Amino acid sequence: MRDLRDLRAWWLLGLWFCMSWAQAVTVQDDRQQAVEIIQPPQRIVSLLPSLTETVCALGQCHKLVGLDRYSNWPEAVRKLPRMGGGLDPSIEAVVAQRPDLILMATSARGAERFQSLGLKVLALEPRTHADVQRVLDTVAQALGVPQAQSDAVWTQIDQGVITAAQSLPSRAKGQKIYVEVSPAPYGASESSFIGETLTRLGLRNILPARLGPFPKVNPEWVVRAQPDVIMAGDSSRASMVQRPGWAQLKAMQSGRVCAFSPEESDLLVRAGPRMAEGARLMVRCLQRTAGDKP
Amino acid sequence: MNPSPNPWRLSLALAALGAMGMTLGTAMGSTGWEPWWQAVQQSSLDPVVWQIVWDIRLPRSLGAWAGGALLGLAGALAQGLFRNPLADPYLLGSASGASLGVAIYLSLFGGSVMAMGWLVKLGMTGAAFVGAVLAVMLTLLLARGVQHTLRLLLAGVVVGVVLGAITSFLNLWRPEVWQGMQGFMLGSTGFIGWTACLLMCAVLLLCVALAVLMARVLDALSLGENTALSLGVPLAQARVCLIAVIALTTGTAVAQMGLIAFVGLAAPHVVRAMVRTTHRWTVLLAALAGGLLLLLADLLARGLMAPQEMPVGVLTAVLGGGYLLWRMSGMSGMSAVGGRS
Repeated sequence: MRDLRDLRAWWLLGLWFCMSWAQAVTVQDDRQQAVEIIQPPQRIVSLLPSLTETVCALGQCHKLVGLDRYSNWPEAVRKLPRMGGGLDPSIEAVVAQRPDLILMATSARGAERFQSLGLKVLALEPRTHADVQRVLDTVAQALGVPQAQSDAVWTQIDQGVITAAQSLPSRAKGQKIYVEVSPAPYGASESSFIGETLTRLGLRNILPARLGPFPKVNPEWVVRAQPDVIMAGDSSRASMVQRPGWAQLKAMQSGRVCAFSPEESDLLVRAGPRMAEGARLMVRCLQRTAGDKP
Repeated sequence: MNPSPNPWRLSLALAALGAMGMTLGTAMGSTGWEPWWQAVQQSSLDPVVWQIVWDIRLPRSLGAWAGGALLGLAGALAQGLFRNPLADPYLLGSASGASLGVAIYLSLFGGSVMAMGWLVKLGMTGAAFVGAVLAVMLTLLLARGVQHTLRLLLAGVVVGVVLGAITSFLNLWRPEVWQGMQGFMLGSTGFIGWTACLLMCAVLLLCVALAVLMARVLDALSLGENTALSLGVPLAQARVCLIAVIALTTGTAVAQMGLIAFVGLAAPHVVRAMVRTTHRWTVLLAALAGGLLLLLADLLARGLMAPQEMPVGVLTAVLGGGYLLWRMSGMSGMSAVGGRS
């Protein structure tokens, strides 16, 4: 009798083992490393805002236990402990949270250090619209979220961009846009994430793709290109008037400049699940400014 | 001038302070003061607490000390070699070489299409080290050898500026590199693990031994090049050796921690302000003082704004610079700081 019970215990143990192996997944991260995940992670540290947002978009917000200092959306994550930034993560603070998965950018520091301490790192770097979908899939796979759910999230995002494009006033179509991401000035070209949104909205970008995604712009380039509308962060606005020749820009003179608040700028530059909101933000700007097209 | 303390006693005091700092270092955590010995007394030791103390705080503290000691040693050697109190370990172009190495690595690896197998294996640390060493060799090449101190200095400055410009250009050309570069330029002790720590300790031991062996050359040099030659010092060979040691120490420190300002410049001054002695003691004491300085800066970086961490380079500049200013204000004229009055 006892033998039989023993046998049953072993059998159950074997079954459990097989089941947990069945749950194990191997995902490829953006460093081309295969990351094996035996069980869906329950304690996640995210060190990149767009990855934090991706986790939350998949309905797994409650599994986050620590974030980088820039992650500020959604509201639910604001109270989570902070563990430095992508460039200066606090190794000790992360380890103290006992995470079973760390999500971070490939350009961030400390991935090797975390791995040498026995932690699992999934490094992902979303830079384009296609990346957003790919990263959404990869994170869903790693977190054990069914494919159907991540597909649904993506469809909703994609549909949001299409709807935004449809709601663009026809008079605004084909307008030349200059998007400034920082007052150095750095602009967003056609090959950037923001540039892709502009293209999908049916707008033209004065910065061609060959300049690289976020080129340092010669102010003269903008004067020569004469954008119809300028989009920039609040921080850029003050310095714009002082740049030689910019006061005479048609867009500046007719007030076709949209200054985004820091929260809105976050929304625009993050290649994450809120990209439809970013597209809507641009459409709202154009609804406001494109009314008096000469 | 106060009577000079005995170099023996001073070195013991500096080493003891370093050991105390390291003990504090194992108790200074991401949330400020957090002594592990309380956790040990309270209950059975949690493996994560153990990992934090043994695998994170200890190598970090020991590594910060060793890295600071490397820079202090390099600073003392550079100041002795160039007979110039303003000389610092980065003078021969190693800092800008290391930055360029990192920038090239990041721009090739960041693009990942062009990433080559060997480059990935080399890693950011390796790229920084190779960059630093190559830059020093370029300086030697431009100076056409080591005979002329002034030519060496000038070549070092030129290499520094030109390589710096190339780095800036790379940053502009591939802006995605910039983020990673910024982290390197700020310098950090936060990523030092046991491997990095032991590597720095090994290089430190080797270079301290070499420096002590060559200290007599520096003593002779401080009397002037002609006197040194008349004393029968093989000046050319000795200079090559010294420059090799400076390149090795600086390269190792920069590769593991990024650019950390001011430790190399300040440590020898701290020592000379306290004791007048031969170079044999000066190089040893400068290493101990450099280690203590960076360790203190690291402790403050962790504790001052916890749980946020301050960049350690900012603190080394404040600590080292503040100390030098205080010394200067207490003495008449710059010569006292130079220690050659």
